[in-house]
Amino acid sequence: MQSLELKHRLATRWTHWVNFPVLSLMIMSGLWIYWAYDPYRIGFGDITLIHMFPDWFYKMSGIGKKLSFGMAIHFVFGWLFAVNGFVYAIYTLVSGEWRELLPDAKCFGQALEVVKHDLGLGPLPPQGRYNAAQRITYTAIVFMGFGSMVTGVAIYKPIQLAGLTSLMGGYQWVRFFHFWLTMGYVAFFGIHIGQVIRAGWPNFRGMICGYDLPKGENNAH
Amino acid sequence: MLTNEQELARRTRRAFIGLGAGAVAGFAGLGWLSAGPIEEGNIPPNFRKILGFNEKVVRSALYSQDHLAPTFPASAIRKLKPNGEEGLEDELVAADWRLEIQPYKAGAVTQKLTLDDIKTLPRHDETIEFKCVEGWSTVTQFAGALLSDFTAKFCPGSEKAACIGMNTPDGVYYVSIDMPSALHPQTLLAWEMNSEPLTEEHGAPLRLVIPVKYGIKNIKRIGRIEYTDSHPKDYWEERGYDWYAGL
Repeated sequence: MQSLELKHRLATRWTHWVNFPVLSLMIMSGLWIYWAYDPYRIGFGDITLIHMFPDWFYKMSGIGKKLSFGMAIHFVFGWLFAVNGFVYAIYTLVSGEWRELLPDAKCFGQALEVVKHDLGLGPLPPQGRYNAAQRITYTAIVFMGFGSMVTGVAIYKPIQLAGLTSLMGGYQWVRFFHFWLTMGYVAFFGIHIGQVIRAGWPNFRGMICGYDLPKGENNAH
Repeated sequence: MLTNEQELARRTRRAFIGLGAGAVAGFAGLGWLSAGPIEEGNIPPNFRKILGFNEKVVRSALYSQDHLAPTFPASAIRKLKPNGEEGLEDELVAADWRLEIQPYKAGAVTQKLTLDDIKTLPRHDETIEFKCVEGWSTVTQFAGALLSDFTAKFCPGSEKAACIGMNTPDGVYYVSIDMPSALHPQTLLAWEMNSEPLTEEHGAPLRLVIPVKYGIKNIKRIGRIEYTDSHPKDYWEERGYDWYAGL
């Protein structure tokens, strides 16, 4: 038997599902830390389109201001976030799966076609395990994770790692990058969930159990 | 022999059981982390243990007396926001102020120093980025005496203690600091800020300036310094913050 199609290996699935709650805790505790000093906004010049974050957001989310607890959670779960990320990166490098993930030159043109397809405007270009848009996005997310770790330790120990901190523009700039990387995850998460819902159960099941029916076999039940 | 669909269903079931077990383990881990008696406003003791582990890692793998806080030109200096009035409620009578020192050695007598006594030490000037635990930072100039010079002159041998405890004259605010950070070559007992005598809201007549720590450790209006191997109490540690608070 064993004619099922392998979608994702165990290491990929586990690091993915470990990352989900760990990153959620990092984002929640990061919000508690950010609230103590929240200078960022989207705007230009004197015009602020949106303050990060508006009062209504603080009120409606209702998770309160807990700087000290936020820091404690962040500096405990930061270990898990980093270790899990390294496990995934090392596995992907050693197994050779990075070849299916890392975008090649064609991907950037094809990614546009994927977006057009998703908007109902054209056919899906041929793809391997991941389509061109996924290859670009998932690779970016891995590098962003690394960026979060590096900016994170630079904010955590800005004097012991003064070289690293100043390389990235100094303490306040590093905090700025760390914050916007996190906003990047939030944006990714929204699109990712939407795409997962669109792709349907067999795709989701592939991320849970690792397999799908062989290509061409009827999936509709 | 299972059909493909049966095999897929079996694998899916198994995977959900595995993920469920993982979730249970995760919640058990959260339960362990959050267990134990929690004082009002403090964090659970197991979080504290892991912060202690982080401190060990940092002190053994990262911290060095040679790692200096970056310094800045005078043009980068900005106005430092006064933050935290704990221990500053009583009116300051500068002429009556004394700094009490409790040296390390058992049976050592307590000394009382005036600001002029302390100003006999070599003056040290630095313009550093003062970092609040809240996340903001301000480039600020401070001048005063190195805490290491102070210790060498007024209580030599006290460098052997593990910790320094400091508190305001009224005892309302108090910090404790590991000895390497206290003896760091940028740690000052400061009486001057941005080229002016220290104002009351910034800790006149004498405050601690310790760039390798968050602002919460930079105690204002110091009334007493104690050198000890015990762990003197720390105001913000009692309120849930990391004791080490090192940068």
